Amino acid sequence: MKYFPLVWATLWRKKTRTIFTLLSVVVAFLLFGVLETVDYAFSHPSGGATGADKLVTMNKYSITLPLPFADVQQIRSVPGVEEVTWLTWFGGYYQESKNFVFALPIDIDTYFNLHKDELIVSDAEMRAFRDTRTGGLVNAALMKKFGWKVGDKVPLHSTIWTQKNGSLDWTFDIAGTFDAKDPTQASQLASSFLFHYELFDEGRSFGKGNVGWIEERVTDPSQASDIANRIDALFANSPDETKTQPSKDFAMAFIKQLGDVGFVLRAILGAVFFTLLFLTGNTMMQSVRERVPEFAVLKTLGFGDAAVLGLVMAESLLLCVAAALVGLALSFAAIPIVKMGLQGMELSRGALLPGIGVAVLLGVIVGLPPALRAMRLTIVDALADKR
Amino acid sequence: MTETIVSLRHVAKSYLRGKQRIGVLQDLNLDIAKGEFVALMGPSGSGKTTLLNLIGGLDTPTSGEITVAGQRLDQLGGGALARWRSTHVGFVFQFYNLMPMLSAERNVELPLLLTRLSGAQRKAHALAALTLVGVEDRAKHKPSELSGGQAQRVAIARALVADATLLVCDEPTGDLDRKSADEVLHLLQVLNREHGKSIVIVTHDPKAAEFAGRQLHMDKGSLLEAGSLAA
Repeated sequence: MKYFPLVWATLWRKKTRTIFTLLSVVVAFLLFGVLETVDYAFSHPSGGATGADKLVTMNKYSITLPLPFADVQQIRSVPGVEEVTWLTWFGGYYQESKNFVFALPIDIDTYFNLHKDELIVSDAEMRAFRDTRTGGLVNAALMKKFGWKVGDKVPLHSTIWTQKNGSLDWTFDIAGTFDAKDPTQASQLASSFLFHYELFDEGRSFGKGNVGWIEERVTDPSQASDIANRIDALFANSPDETKTQPSKDFAMAFIKQLGDVGFVLRAILGAVFFTLLFLTGNTMMQSVRERVPEFAVLKTLGFGDAAVLGLVMAESLLLCVAAALVGLALSFAAIPIVKMGLQGMELSRGALLPGIGVAVLLGVIVGLPPALRAMRLTIVDALADKR
Repeated sequence: MTETIVSLRHVAKSYLRGKQRIGVLQDLNLDIAKGEFVALMGPSGSGKTTLLNLIGGLDTPTSGEITVAGQRLDQLGGGALARWRSTHVGFVFQFYNLMPMLSAERNVELPLLLTRLSGAQRKAHALAALTLVGVEDRAKHKPSELSGGQAQRVAIARALVADATLLVCDEPTGDLDRKSADEVLHLLQVLNREHGKSIVIVTHDPKAAEFAGRQLHMDKGSLLEAGSLAA
């Protein structure tokens, strides 16, 4: 600690340069914090506390490939399977493509039976939904987002499903709202819009009789893995082989359809830190070059080679770690904003912890070359032009 | 019998420039008594600064023996030499060589960072040294806010603060006007006479050399004469 005033004063020897360097490190670590958090969110989708008894069956090769509806009946007959429902990806948005709506055609009875521990719908609204063939049951948060009211007629544009009349626009009458029983799972449903599977299956111009994926609830969660194997065995060597997995893993597989998000984020961070390495490294090198006579004086006063090396390393670490902490703190504060854009995903502040390690590594890498240079200075040569 | 603080026996120093070896000092013998104030004079390139570097432990001889304050410097490695410098010798340079971002007080405190003294003790020692050289009122000022004479006094305080027995000064008045130079030289004389510090200065200035008790003249790497002059 006794060296801190010396290291601190040295750091601020050229204020403008230090401020700009600090800012670049702060921005880099703000980006690091945000992207790490997003990466965490993509790799740890929220499964909820009640997901252990849920399985999802999809086409073995891709979720974009359908399964025949007949599979539903066969899965229902597997011992240990308590309830089965089926869904298809609608790919919907409202008015503009940025207004994503997680629209799902559902079979009302089986869907709500399977998710009875997770969803809340009033009896009156459920009745209205059942009684309205074109009805939609919409999450309260989505209603609020678009300013919809019960009774409104809303068009959703599907990016996949054309109707028999050739239109991609499907119009629904909002019959009621639903929400999550567990408030911590509310964000997972924030874009959800449920409508009748019958309407969808009869209205679409292709794919009739197929489903996107099948969900199951099992009686004994400890048997889920065996049941999944039994389900897949049913369809082995058929034209539509299946892959059955826990609902949490299914969510992961679903996200991976977007591409390797982690790789993309790491590639961006790699480019940022590669640039930062040169920027900060150059600053440290220049700073040490300017202070050659000062290091010579320190050595003259009795500071050994190791002490000089330590001082430069401390300066580099202080610069990188202090700025990184500010950047990470800002990204920590930005988590609620990021969360608004990543509905249905869990964000962890723990994802920011690796940032401290990266900052230390950065400090060591950019500090070591100038520190070695300062350490190897010969007093007589360094003082020669300054006496 | 007078105690010797600096003893050089058959000291030679040469440098390699490319493939050529350049001799700077040849077969040099010298004794400086404890409490002596010695001025080294001579033309540029005569080897004054090289000799001062050897006495101060900043450099090592190519051959010969150097003993300073009872320690054979030619036998010490880099780390041991650095530790020895921190406790036995204080340096004063022509251009003061203060840390520009530190206050006078912090500059003086620097050598004490290598000791086990507490922060308060270091501060007290630094202020005492600044008081001794007469610039305690400039303790909080940075070098850029000091005159040349004041900056050199701060540099002298830094050389004194660890209680070095030997001060080596390379052209300590070379960057000062006559009045400031005389004040600094007078201060060195007081430190020599009243505080018993042994001092070796390198100077081109005959007036500055007059403050010393002995003047040594060098030329082409050798001592020309060693005469004892009345101070």
